[in-house]
Amino acid sequence: MLVFVGVLVLWEIVVSVFGIQQFLLPRPSAIAAAFAERFDELITVGRNTLVEAVGGLLIGGVAALAFAFATARWATASRALLPIAIAANSVPIIAFAPIMNNWFGILNPLSKMMVVAVLVFFPIMINTLRGLTLVDQTSLELMRSYAASERAVFAKVRVPNALPYIFTAVKVSATLSLIGAIVAEYFGGAQSVLGQFIITEAAFFRFANAWAAIVVASAVSVAFFLIILAIERVAIPWHASARTRDAS
Amino acid sequence: MTGAVVRMRAVQKVFGGGADQTHALDAIDLEIPKGAFVSLIGPSGCGKSTLLRLIGDLTQATGGTIEVNGKSAHRARLDRDYGIVFQSPVLFDWRTVERNVELPLEMSAIDRRARAERARAMLALVELSGSEKRYPWQLSGGMQQRVAIARALSFEPALLLMDEPFGALDEMTRERLNLELLGIWRKTGTTIVFVTHSIPEAVFLSTRVVVMSARPGRIIDVIEVDLPQPRNDLTREDERYFAFVTRVRERLRGGDSAQVAAKTRAAAM
Repeated sequence: MLVFVGVLVLWEIVVSVFGIQQFLLPRPSAIAAAFAERFDELITVGRNTLVEAVGGLLIGGVAALAFAFATARWATASRALLPIAIAANSVPIIAFAPIMNNWFGILNPLSKMMVVAVLVFFPIMINTLRGLTLVDQTSLELMRSYAASERAVFAKVRVPNALPYIFTAVKVSATLSLIGAIVAEYFGGAQSVLGQFIITEAAFFRFANAWAAIVVASAVSVAFFLIILAIERVAIPWHASARTRDAS
Repeated sequence: MTGAVVRMRAVQKVFGGGADQTHALDAIDLEIPKGAFVSLIGPSGCGKSTLLRLIGDLTQATGGTIEVNGKSAHRARLDRDYGIVFQSPVLFDWRTVERNVELPLEMSAIDRRARAERARAMLALVELSGSEKRYPWQLSGGMQQRVAIARALSFEPALLLMDEPFGALDEMTRERLNLELLGIWRKTGTTIVFVTHSIPEAVFLSTRVVVMSARPGRIIDVIEVDLPQPRNDLTREDERYFAFVTRVRERLRGGDSAQVAAKTRAAAM
């Protein structure tokens, strides 16, 4: 926190002392003023973009989980689907944004959600698949000694083993989803979203406003990440990241 | 029925095929009577763990017959006739100690209350009462292995297979767990097959020590250890105990030197 305040103060001083032009880098105080002035609008655009990001994360996440489960469950599916998925991952997904606008309607938030969905699909899918398949071999032998069905092995070993992997991927994807949503918005669409707000304000040289929007974007992104972190703590309290050794 | 829990006839296990094939086990004839405590001992690579896995139907023999509880090893596994303990405890991090012990009971669709009761009883047996709600990572290595034993015995199998269960533990813990294991064996009457590479451990625990040689894994000798029961710390200081340790050691060395001789002959040819 102290470091953060220090950076802001230094920023303020450097900008005034060296007489840096406002359109290059506005002073923090100017950004704060812009934030206060356009507060209601910033909250609205922030919320609209967050809805796109969350929606996209849900669509992409559910699809990725389904894909990973099917792949882990049926070896034939794995052989057929995995190479396609890996090839698809090397496609620069953001290039699809205009196509998505075309498919789902440029004003429809779904077009932005789909960009986000495609963006988060691969990290979530591959991590889930890793968690489902990278299971300790002795655990599998143990289950075999109980004559456990494939279904029981899945429910009692593979899925719990995958949960930490899934949460790691979703945390990364939370940040990614906001980036995806904002960049997709740059390609046009409804006006009251972060991406369009930044473009418009920058076009009219109101850079302090654009910076205020960036602050909102960052805050939304961090908040999103923290919410998922909190869910993780509750969902998998046994995991190493949340462990507290008892006193005894 | 002669009361043998395990009966192996001319069992053979070959890994791989063609030029790369290795004879892990060859000409294994072994009978393990009900209630016995049998140790399998031999140099690393002698196939003692493979032999244990064959009994548990975790791997299949390439020749010969294996009977467990009077049926095929495969049938016995499906009937959950044995419990198994590995060198690592293989406890699930996401389950509390008691839920780990309950795991095999869940497979048999035993209701929740009976499961909890059984888990408590088993944890009492391995002297871990009070640790029910803790997680595996909150326990020491020795305690974790005791949980694994409780889990293996929770459904009262006729046979307990143990694959170097105390191999990763320090000497003090190992000796204490040896004593506890003997106590459990006496209380439950379970037949135990125990893989180890420690001669003193094998002699101290067993009613019978199976000495094996390496590549191909063969049984060189079966030594009846008729030290008095119940065994305790004094057993370890008994002269006859030392005599047995020496005998097993000599048999193991004999197996090795015979092999060295065979290799020398092969090299000379």
